[in-house]
Amino acid sequence: MTLMSPAPRPHFSYSGLRQGARAALPAFPGFIMFALAFGTAAAQKGLSLGETLGLSAFVYAGASQMVGLEIWQQVWTPTTILTIMTVTAVVNARMIMLGATLQPWLKHEPLPRTALNLFLLTEAGWLIGTRYHNEGGRDVGVLLGCALILWLVWLATTFVGFFAGALVPEPKRFGLDLVMPIFFGVMLVPLWKGAKPALPWLVAGLVSLIVHALVPGYLFIIAGALAGVVAGMLIE
Amino acid sequence: MNGFGSFIASPWGSVLAIAGMTLVTFLCRIAGVVVMSRVRITPRIERGLRALPGSIILATILPTVIDSGFPAMIALAVAIVAMAVTRIDIVGLVAGLGTLAIIRAFG
Repeated sequence: MTLMSPAPRPHFSYSGLRQGARAALPAFPGFIMFALAFGTAAAQKGLSLGETLGLSAFVYAGASQMVGLEIWQQVWTPTTILTIMTVTAVVNARMIMLGATLQPWLKHEPLPRTALNLFLLTEAGWLIGTRYHNEGGRDVGVLLGCALILWLVWLATTFVGFFAGALVPEPKRFGLDLVMPIFFGVMLVPLWKGAKPALPWLVAGLVSLIVHALVPGYLFIIAGALAGVVAGMLIE
Repeated sequence: MNGFGSFIASPWGSVLAIAGMTLVTFLCRIAGVVVMSRVRITPRIERGLRALPGSIILATILPTVIDSGFPAMIALAVAIVAMAVTRIDIVGLVAGLGTLAIIRAFG
């Protein structure tokens, strides 16, 4: 799997789909816990099954789905719809940066497949794909296979959470509330290329801590990530 | 306008809300690719983008883990060490979660 010498040209294969689906496995626990929590919260909030599954299937972005629940309406007006769209855009704006890093890999792909790949874009899938790409892999099938299986897991566990949320044991007892941060931390390791390339990460971490202390909401993620990118551009 | 208002107030309003959220999220998902296909990627931009994965990870987990307290920090450290030693992501994840569960059980 580790191909160090000249990277192959970007391509697509069906065996890549399977490889991507297997590579997605470590992201399952985080997806399962988050989708269970979302399905449970949506049911408690009084959303119908169709609304709940619709959010998971089409919006498919955990943080914005959770925030969306907080401002969900029984009776909608043009203003409340615009509000929920704006809040969603703010929470998901960080995805712009994820897509930017994928462009060189996807540029020769047929448009419909890229649209599907990007529709299914998540941070976890992107991190797994980035690791594969860093190790020299260029099969777009891996990215898509990972994305497809994660979407299925997300949708299926939203369904389970909607009906069986009350039966799920207290996640804190098993450390499951921190599944996602710990998975992200694990994915940090293969990215490590020495202290100097990691300097921007430090900047990102510090800025996110400061913004988190000062501004409520999820703004700290995009603020920290942007600071890291700028630091990376400035450090020669 | 009145027709539109009562349409939105009906159960179709939820469909519209989900469609609107889907639209803006999809725009966020494709915007990076669309913009970068029109921008010449200079070495500077490439350096910035290369810093993104690690930056986004730290920006996401640092506030969460620090808010969660000492056991979370230990668990994260154990997960990272286990991953660095074995290079197997599942092992890192299980080591981190196991550590957290054990500390919480006895803490």
